[in-house]
Amino acid sequence: MGEEMEIGCARPTGGPVGEPVETDEKKNDKKIMGEPKMIKVGQKAPDFTAPAYHKGKFISVKLSEYLGKWVVLCFYPGDFTFV
Amino acid sequence: MSIDSMFVHKMWDDKELSKMVTGGIPFPMLSDAGGRVGAVYGIYDEDAGVETRGKFIIDPEGVVQGYEVLTPQVGRNVNEALRQIRAFQLVRDSKGTEATPSGWQPGKPTLTPGPDLVGQVWEVKQTWPSDPTIKTRYPNSWNISLKRNHVDSVKCPNVLS
Repeated sequence: MGEEMEIGCARPTGGPVGEPVETDEKKNDKKIMGEPKMIKVGQKAPDFTAPAYHKGKFISVKLSEYLGKWVVLCFYPGDFTFV
Repeated sequence: MSIDSMFVHKMWDDKELSKMVTGGIPFPMLSDAGGRVGAVYGIYDEDAGVETRGKFIIDPEGVVQGYEVLTPQVGRNVNEALRQIRAFQLVRDSKGTEATPSGWQPGKPTLTPGPDLVGQVWEVKQTWPSDPTIKTRYPNSWNISLKRNHVDSVKCPNVLS
């Protein structure tokens, strides 16, 4: 899943897509970052796009492309962080 | 997903992960520059500038069924994630009529919640075949005495619930 990307010198980025999750607090982005709010179980997972490396290719992944499948989304502090 | 670029992901897979997983990592390794996606999910550590170890289980409708967040030094367990997904799939297939008790493993008995089950779980559990491979271990400090297959007295310090 996901389309292959053309690779240039600029580092590609992604980000959340669709409706903002908490519209009230969007006015002050810094406040949101300072007080991270956990999403809730039983609610929709916020959609996003993200550049990715997958089996030798660079692709763009969109979470909503995986509708109909079970997804495990794992965050981690960084590559080469041992654990 | 981490804040690393996909180029670093490739290097990590090429140089290290592919030596632990045959053929390399089989799933996409996502890049989240600036932690923008992590922030929306509530696991981006702004002070450290990295994501914490957050794991989210998302069902076929795109609904978050569960998550787990650990501090950096402790790794997660893929087998536990798979066990949880199998449990969620069973509950989903039963249209919510069945529930999986704590410690449930695929193939093991489930519970059917309803008025008749209230206060009767201990009795239902006695009808289940005992599994010698499953041993529940409690710290000695909990001072648990087991009699007639159920817990008579439990004293557990430092547990908040």
